[in-house]
Amino acid sequence: MSSKKSYGPSKKKYEEEYSKLSLQDIDFTTVSGAPVRKLADPADIEDLDYVEELGFPGQYPYTRGVYPTMYRGRFWTMRQFAGFGTASDTNERYHYLLDHGQTGLSVAFDMPTIMGYDSDHKRSEGEVGRCGVAIDSLRDMEILFDGIDLSGITTSMTINAPASILLAFYLSAGGKKGISFDRMGGTIQNDILKEYIAQKSWIFPPEPSLRLITDILAFCSDHVPRWNTISISGYHIREAGSTAVQELAFTLADGFAYVEAGIVAGLDVDRFAPRLSFFFNAHLDFFEEIAKYRAARRIWAKRMKEKYGAKDERSLLLRFHTQTAGCTLTAQQPENNIVRTAFQGLSAVLGGTQSLHTNSMDETLALPSEKAVKIALRTQQIIAHETGVINTADPLAGSYFVEALTRDMEEEAEKYFKKIDEFGGVVKAIEEGFFQKEIGKAAYEYQKAVEAKRKIIVGLNEFQMEGEKIDIPLLRIDHAVEESQCKALQKMRKERDNDKAARELDLLSKAARGTDNLMVNIIDCAKCYCTEGEIIETLKKVFGEYQEPLFY
Amino acid sequence: MPRKIRVLVAKPGLDGHDRGAKVVANALKDAGMEVIYTGLHQTPEMIAESAVQEDVDVVGLSILSGAHMTMFPRVMQLLREKGAEHIIVFGGGIVPVEDVKKLEDSGVSKIFGPGTDTRDIVKYINSVFSE
Repeated sequence: MSSKKSYGPSKKKYEEEYSKLSLQDIDFTTVSGAPVRKLADPADIEDLDYVEELGFPGQYPYTRGVYPTMYRGRFWTMRQFAGFGTASDTNERYHYLLDHGQTGLSVAFDMPTIMGYDSDHKRSEGEVGRCGVAIDSLRDMEILFDGIDLSGITTSMTINAPASILLAFYLSAGGKKGISFDRMGGTIQNDILKEYIAQKSWIFPPEPSLRLITDILAFCSDHVPRWNTISISGYHIREAGSTAVQELAFTLADGFAYVEAGIVAGLDVDRFAPRLSFFFNAHLDFFEEIAKYRAARRIWAKRMKEKYGAKDERSLLLRFHTQTAGCTLTAQQPENNIVRTAFQGLSAVLGGTQSLHTNSMDETLALPSEKAVKIALRTQQIIAHETGVINTADPLAGSYFVEALTRDMEEEAEKYFKKIDEFGGVVKAIEEGFFQKEIGKAAYEYQKAVEAKRKIIVGLNEFQMEGEKIDIPLLRIDHAVEESQCKALQKMRKERDNDKAARELDLLSKAARGTDNLMVNIIDCAKCYCTEGEIIETLKKVFGEYQEPLFY
Repeated sequence: MPRKIRVLVAKPGLDGHDRGAKVVANALKDAGMEVIYTGLHQTPEMIAESAVQEDVDVVGLSILSGAHMTMFPRVMQLLREKGAEHIIVFGGGIVPVEDVKKLEDSGVSKIFGPGTDTRDIVKYINSVFSE
């Protein structure tokens, strides 16, 4: 550096001038409340070793991206999360999205499906088809993907506690159309640890839940090699109120816990790790988010190689889906949400995401209308085709600020890993309420910052419109959905071979008491139209149910 | 010293989104109220039972799954059946505007939507009890 000699005096002069000037009365922190350096300069990254710390795209430690070509090779998958009403209502939405250029599918299930209740269960009343699609059996899955080639598209399913069952329905639906398991690709979320931590849709206690997960890992590595078996999710941790560093640290800690569970179950790490993927939030603090994705790749690669001894390069790659932050959307002046979402989507792309969901402007009010979801999809298409950001990989690398922030986040995450180790691991820390309390505290702190106007949210605590009338069309779910779903379910139960269904459930119960891989039995149950609720009830009798420790 | 206002913060239905419920629980506690939090996945029966058992003055219901039109009126009905219609019930979550009116007609005293300032909830509860 030719100017090295003058660096010291120049910096001194800058500091002097800066200190004499007056600043705005603003809280200069990230949305997570982390203080931000007023300026980054060469001193922040003086010792940065390019090859060791960053590497070229597609090279260890993958800070700059997991593939050499990045978006020159292919764009991220534009994957809008959708589901409502009956399987046939949602099938219609899928065809709409595919017709408008969407490139992957993502299923949102209703609460009864997520919690393992059939639509006609007492606990399902009022919930059927409300915040996702109702799927009770293989029959509904067949309708959901009617007219869609399951060998030609990948499907992500946001399902956790009953993930094995919905995967079995999906594979069986494809199987019935003559598609072999190894030709189907997709993702199940299947991340139970973050359910205990943040999303709170659990069924069984941790131990049997982890057994189901390792059964899925083993089954898919043998029979469904294109399936992403766990989507280790920070999204819900962030939505529940965590900071960016907490999202990063808790998510990766969950990832390490799954790797350890797989190893303990006797699986070779390289047999299952290449199919683990991640799911992060894209919040509003632009650079903090980009640094988060870059730090995540580096931490994962290093740990997988150094601690877990992965040899297969694919085991080291942190591939991730991103969804823009629902919790940043406002019910006030909802059109502004389009702008928020665009910035968030851009940060995910600059951070090197493999797949993206952009939220619709109306999501604080209802499930997205067709118009709103189309604008959300168009937002991604504009980023891809108009902004030019896809032309070069990891364009922010080398930025004093972004590199320094990436390092900061890695360091802060390491501190959390140490803390979690002191608890004796993730499951122990969950039982002690560590994550739940940390997240709850951060959420409340943020709320107080907003109420004190230390954080400004446009249209909410500043720039409000008195007497604002919300004037965007909303999607309504008719109560008739519940009735028709229950009727169809009861009809299906009458028509199937009930003796066979009962026999398969009995075999499943026996297998659950032993150590055989349960995926085989669950697929057998799915094929003879056992319902999700019946399979879950059978497993509950063996595994018991999780009781939440209460903290707020 | 007058008795503190007792509030049951409850999560009816199956959704696990407890950020709002917990933030409100903390805010009410900081405002000097006694707060009991039910935890998740409560049936209307469980909520009405807890409300009576705990002898609360107020119940706050939080739901984000869209099942409010089933859950909220049922809680109201059960409270009436238990002779506890004096309990003030308010709610929050993803509730479309046209449902707000219907819920308020069914006896829910107020719905607080997304973006609500917790101080407005505190003010509301205090105003009801200072009358």
